[in-house]
Amino acid sequence: MKLLIALSLALSFSIALAKEAAPLAADPVVEQRLIHIAEELRCLVCQNESLAGSQADLAKDLREEVRGLIKEGKTDNEVKDFLVSRYGDFVLYRPQIKPTTYLLWAGPFLLLIIGLFALIRYLKQRSKVVADAPLSEAEKQRAEALLKDIQS
Amino acid sequence: MNKFLLPLGAFIALIALLAVGLGLNPREVPSPLVGKPAPAFNVPLLSNPDKNFSPKDMQGKVWLFNVWASWCVSCREEHPILVEYSKTAGAIPVVGLNYKDKRDDGLRWLARFGDPYLLSAFDGDGRVGINYGVYGVPETYLIDKAGVIRFKQIGPITPEVLEKKILPLVKELNT
Repeated sequence: MKLLIALSLALSFSIALAKEAAPLAADPVVEQRLIHIAEELRCLVCQNESLAGSQADLAKDLREEVRGLIKEGKTDNEVKDFLVSRYGDFVLYRPQIKPTTYLLWAGPFLLLIIGLFALIRYLKQRSKVVADAPLSEAEKQRAEALLKDIQS
Repeated sequence: MNKFLLPLGAFIALIALLAVGLGLNPREVPSPLVGKPAPAFNVPLLSNPDKNFSPKDMQGKVWLFNVWASWCVSCREEHPILVEYSKTAGAIPVVGLNYKDKRDDGLRWLARFGDPYLLSAFDGDGRVGINYGVYGVPETYLIDKAGVIRFKQIGPITPEVLEKKILPLVKELNT
């Protein structure tokens, strides 16, 4: 009896799963483009997941929305613009290049250049410090005395 | 002396930068909709499926558009504040959007916790929510007489947000 219940439970569960997955099989071309676009977009509920990978309810809704837009014949950029106009630049994993993002894009290179300058300055300074500093006669005698001291 | 001052300065600057970063809330994504016209829609009311609501109906008024759901935990936290506000003299109309909910659940929730709304529009499949960039309920929009979104609150309205941000803006928009 218990086995029967377990079996029927398992069976109903798999049926439920099968229902859940149904819309995915709809149109392979649309799905391919959906995945391609959604991988570049951030899910706003779980912010470190892409829209393609997230299981959040909102992500499912947004995938459905994007699917609809693709079927309407919108280009990839039009779909992205649709989402940016509602959720902001934050949905894009690859931010657009515009005045507010200049620092974001150029920042790492700026830091690299500053670092290179600092390194060059430091190396130049060091070569000066290591320049010859000849011993005076008195210092030489003292050094010899010390060496003798050690040897004896 | 100077040799240590520079790295120390750089270190302090870095710490300050990180401290500011830690203080920011990553959930609060600035909405691109602020300063833009509220997206149009036309959906049935929660209380009456035969009647529709569209933001155009509110033209000429300053109003709040509050997205809520019976399954939303933070909405429960926010709700008493809205109920109380709706009872104060000179309160601006609050329109609800019952987001991705079941009609019965939504109605029961209002019966139980009070109904501060002029009316609630019903957005069962969340399409209106998508047009408004909703990603975490509750969210509230302050919309001016011309139908432009002036302010967006993500997450529950606290008494502080109401007093310090929303009400001064309402006053300004109403004059």
